[in-house]
Amino acid sequence: MATPLLEIIGLTKGFPGVKALDAVDFALQPGEIHALMGENGAGKSTLIKVLTGVFPRDLGESRLEGQLIAPRSPGEAESLGISTVYQEVNLIPHLSVAENICLGRQPTCFGIIRWGAIARRARAALARLDLSLDVSRQLSSYSIAIQQLVAIARALDISAKLLILDEPTSSLDRMEVEELFKKLRKLRDGGLGIIFITHFLDQVYEISDSITVLRNGCRVGCFATKDLPRINLVSHMIGKAVQQVEALEQKRASTASIRSEAPILEARGLGRKGFLQPLDLDVRSGEVVGLAGLLGSGRTETARLLFGVDRPDQGTIRIGYQAVRFNSPRAAIRCGIALTPEDRKVAGIIPNLTVRENIVLALQASRGSWRRLPVAEQEKLADRFIHALDIKTPNREQVIRNLSGGNQQKVLLARWLATEPRLFVLDEPTRGIDVGAKAEVEKLIQSLRQEGLGVLFISSELEEVVRQSQRVVVLRDRRKVDELTEGEISAEAIMHSIATHNLERPAA
Amino acid sequence: MIDWISDLLFWIVFGSILFFLRGKRIFWTVGALGLLLLFNQFFTPGFFHIQLLDGHLYGSRIDVLNQGAKVMLLSLGMVLVIATGGVDLSVGAVMAIAAAVSSRLLVTEHQPAGVAIAIALVVSVLAGAWNGMLVAGFGIQPIVATLVLMVAGRGVAQLITEGQIINFLDPTMVYLGNGHLFGLPFTLTLVLLMLLLAFFLVRRTALGLFIESVGDNDEASRYSGINARQVKFLVYTFSGLCAGLAGLVACSNIKSADANNIGLYLELDAILAVVVGGTSLQGGRFYLIGAVVGGLFIQTLTTTLYARNVSSDISPVPKALVIIAVCLFQSESFRARLSRSVRPPGRILKPLASRTPQNLSTVTPHDSRES
Amino acid sequence: MIRVNPKYIPLLATAVVLLAVFGTGSQLYPNFGTPRVLVNLLNDSAFVGVAAVGESFVILSGGIDLSVGSMVAFVGILIAKLLQVGCDPFVAMGIAVSVGTVSGAVMGCLIYFFDLPPFLVTLAGLFCLRGLGFVINPESIGIDHPFYSQVLPQLSILVAPKAVLPFTAMCFLASVIVGTLLASFTRFGRNVYAIGSNENSARLMGLPIGRTKITTYALAGCFSALGGVVATFYMQSGNPASFVGLELDAIASVVIGGTLLTGGVGFIPGTLMGVLILGLIQQIIIFNGTLNSWWTKIVIGALLLVFIVLQKLISHRGERGAIAGR
Repeated sequence: MATPLLEIIGLTKGFPGVKALDAVDFALQPGEIHALMGENGAGKSTLIKVLTGVFPRDLGESRLEGQLIAPRSPGEAESLGISTVYQEVNLIPHLSVAENICLGRQPTCFGIIRWGAIARRARAALARLDLSLDVSRQLSSYSIAIQQLVAIARALDISAKLLILDEPTSSLDRMEVEELFKKLRKLRDGGLGIIFITHFLDQVYEISDSITVLRNGCRVGCFATKDLPRINLVSHMIGKAVQQVEALEQKRASTASIRSEAPILEARGLGRKGFLQPLDLDVRSGEVVGLAGLLGSGRTETARLLFGVDRPDQGTIRIGYQAVRFNSPRAAIRCGIALTPEDRKVAGIIPNLTVRENIVLALQASRGSWRRLPVAEQEKLADRFIHALDIKTPNREQVIRNLSGGNQQKVLLARWLATEPRLFVLDEPTRGIDVGAKAEVEKLIQSLRQEGLGVLFISSELEEVVRQSQRVVVLRDRRKVDELTEGEISAEAIMHSIATHNLERPAA
Repeated sequence: MIDWISDLLFWIVFGSILFFLRGKRIFWTVGALGLLLLFNQFFTPGFFHIQLLDGHLYGSRIDVLNQGAKVMLLSLGMVLVIATGGVDLSVGAVMAIAAAVSSRLLVTEHQPAGVAIAIALVVSVLAGAWNGMLVAGFGIQPIVATLVLMVAGRGVAQLITEGQIINFLDPTMVYLGNGHLFGLPFTLTLVLLMLLLAFFLVRRTALGLFIESVGDNDEASRYSGINARQVKFLVYTFSGLCAGLAGLVACSNIKSADANNIGLYLELDAILAVVVGGTSLQGGRFYLIGAVVGGLFIQTLTTTLYARNVSSDISPVPKALVIIAVCLFQSESFRARLSRSVRPPGRILKPLASRTPQNLSTVTPHDSRES
Repeated sequence: MIRVNPKYIPLLATAVVLLAVFGTGSQLYPNFGTPRVLVNLLNDSAFVGVAAVGESFVILSGGIDLSVGSMVAFVGILIAKLLQVGCDPFVAMGIAVSVGTVSGAVMGCLIYFFDLPPFLVTLAGLFCLRGLGFVINPESIGIDHPFYSQVLPQLSILVAPKAVLPFTAMCFLASVIVGTLLASFTRFGRNVYAIGSNENSARLMGLPIGRTKITTYALAGCFSALGGVVATFYMQSGNPASFVGLELDAIASVVIGGTLLTGGVGFIPGTLMGVLILGLIQQIIIFNGTLNSWWTKIVIGALLLVFIVLQKLISHRGERGAIAGR
């Protein structure tokens, strides 16, 4: 067995309160494209950051071509031969392509930059990728796909042993992905080792030679791509062995037809270029529709389009029987839609405001700036929800950032419940909260159903989706691949849909 | 004999206020003010001396209240702007415009004082609305947007006064900045009235909540349905109003409109007052009374220096030190380093940014997020 | 239709404005287009121009420097005082420039190591230097030194009949040349652009953020101090109360010169053009005689507005372009 290009043994890294990596092993051969996969919190990006010196490690060692390495910064890692290209293409948009490739290492003569040499060097670096560009043009004038290739060219120019690509295809269309893969194969054949982090199942099977799956900071396994059936990969990532699925499935919530035929949401052909492929989606009164899929499959994108955060460029939305266009969340809220976003820190809580203020915020916003809810009413409202959702806070004037994640989430739910919406979109409502709180949230969803609300429930946890939903829409790689109705819903069925349904590509 | 009784009374009242405020953010601002006053109590003879003449109170502390009115008025507007995460650099220029408009109407156009004052205030509100339109409507960065009026505004003011310094004697106008009510300067009444107005504007409506929300987390506020544009537009307009009133007081003080010098550098004082008053420059929670007390603090600093025969030209130096001190105090970086300084000193000067996970935004949005 | 590299568009806009202003002036006033007027223009704007070069670097890096005016005044009175007590002019100038550079470096350190907002830190600088100027001497001091009265006037070059380019103008042009070289031909300069454009990416690319930022502010302090030196040539005196608001002129010149206030985009020659535009507007107004000096401020404010809106539109379109690629 040849010496691996990269070997990681027993890497461990913890942050306050969470163990991000637990004795992870990893091996990469030269001339190999190795996919690194895992769901939220699996540890993929932490692994890369520790490897390249962004974070210091707690335990473990890494070897490059047999030599022990311990870079203390990305710059050091680069000089050792390990380069990373991130999804946002961390280059300088206002500078030229040539400059971006040579930035920080420009050829100079007595301190004066030699621009001619820079252009030549840039062209040579791009030629390695069979790419020929006008290198004097501003980087931002090129598409993201090209920018990414420039980032790769820079990475290769600096060091040429190991290339790490973190979600490189998230912003690319079909043709651009093809182009990228062609170049990656060429580089691989030339002996480069490539670590490819992605959540796109189809692409993994298209490009990678091996797959390593992480879950909750541990390595689940390393597999040769051609020997790993898709359903097995999905089950590794989700954490349920295929055979065990039935045993673990819990009692499903009552599916008694509470729902009426009154549609609350009717989305037809809803999509946005590069963001979400057109899909149809219905939610009726008294119904919980689950949106299932792996990380990055388009669930949050769907929610954002429905709530007016992003604007669709095709398709229609009807609420009740009325066609609507949302320019902003305010418009969506006025139509009776509520959304608890996936990332509560960024788009959810107002960290330095109190629990009471966070709870009344959306309700107050719908009343406008001038008609303030009397303080007594605010307090009553806050108390009501603190009690109803069992929010653990010393009092209602506690600053919300001091609460635990689970309680913060409950406050967010309370905020939206106070607006008495018709359609409630919950994006990962139970992420990062404890078991007890989770159960309460699920109970809440069922009671909403009883009251005739429509609920769109987005979650990465299959059992949750299975327990709560009357219908499940399955997404993969930013498009809808399946819809399961009452009798068909089970964790296994969902996993199968994710893995194999609709494998033939529709015309792009 | 009378003197030290009144001083004692003052300190008892002040001390109890301070005691009452313990645990609140404004405690530090009032405390700082208290330290300054304490310094003066012992080292500046005559500072606390108060006399009653013609039914009016006079003394250094009264001077502070009177002179500080302009900054206090400005800071009322500035605190709301800063709370939304912005800044208004044009307030000094708007002061000049208001002074110019009112004087011109009064003297050249022979309008009654009431009309002159009213129109001057309307003009300053419009100036604020202009800023609001640029920031909220066009999405231009606040520093940049208000810079335009800061540069052009004085030119406009000089245009209105035609380059002259317009002097006036109208009793109403003069009363604004120099008159007395119940023995205390009228400017104090103005400040209190504006404070009351600001209070009703933001604390008795939902606007204050929205301002704090937008400043603390703009995106989450939009997700919650808050009309961030409207909120931002309103705060800049209000800032314009405050600047207009401050300009009227300023020209009343000197009984003339000097478009070149009125309000010069006062925007910087106002920002400083807001920051000293406990509001963070990043935005979010704001403190109305804190801003006013902050203005008081700055004015006390200036007056203290003056009373100790430090030339008013040199007084900016201690102001500079105060700015740095307050900034450092508010800076998390600094506090973190201070707490780390008990450990090996070699690492103090390494930048913190490269160490903490949050600072590297290689985390991708929505579904691709990972911890 | 000539294909223009989009990054030069703001610069072209500035050039167009410059030509337009100059053209207007020449049309209106027959003596406007003479070399003599141009040379005077360079002379009058010299100290602003030198300071604006330093300001350009700070703004390019994404920051701002409000202490410029105070620095120029401070250096002026410092030099005047030193000369008064018998110091050699070169030593005096050397001290002044060193003080400027060091104070810039101090501000840069505060900004970088403690994450303080540049706006506030340089504001403190503004106050501090202004006050310190008065500490040196409460009133203006005239400069009465042979170097100033005899040597300096001889250091000018005859560029055209009746047009003599004074030393101050040469300093201005030299600063622009040095600034351009630094910005476009050194790694330091390119790092400044990178940091101003996207500091996070620059960090991930391994660029020396701290070194670059602190050097930028030190450089700005140095150029401001040089501006102060040039001001002493021009005014033949030092006055601690002078040059109030100069930083605004410098910043306006930089923005009108095509540099984005958010950083990362702009050229030093653009700043030169911005300074000239400001100067020309002033000249036109002086030539007019009936229009008064305050129109300068209004026109500059309006120009500033136009450029700011223009910049917003261009960057908005740029973002759209990037997103369309998604």
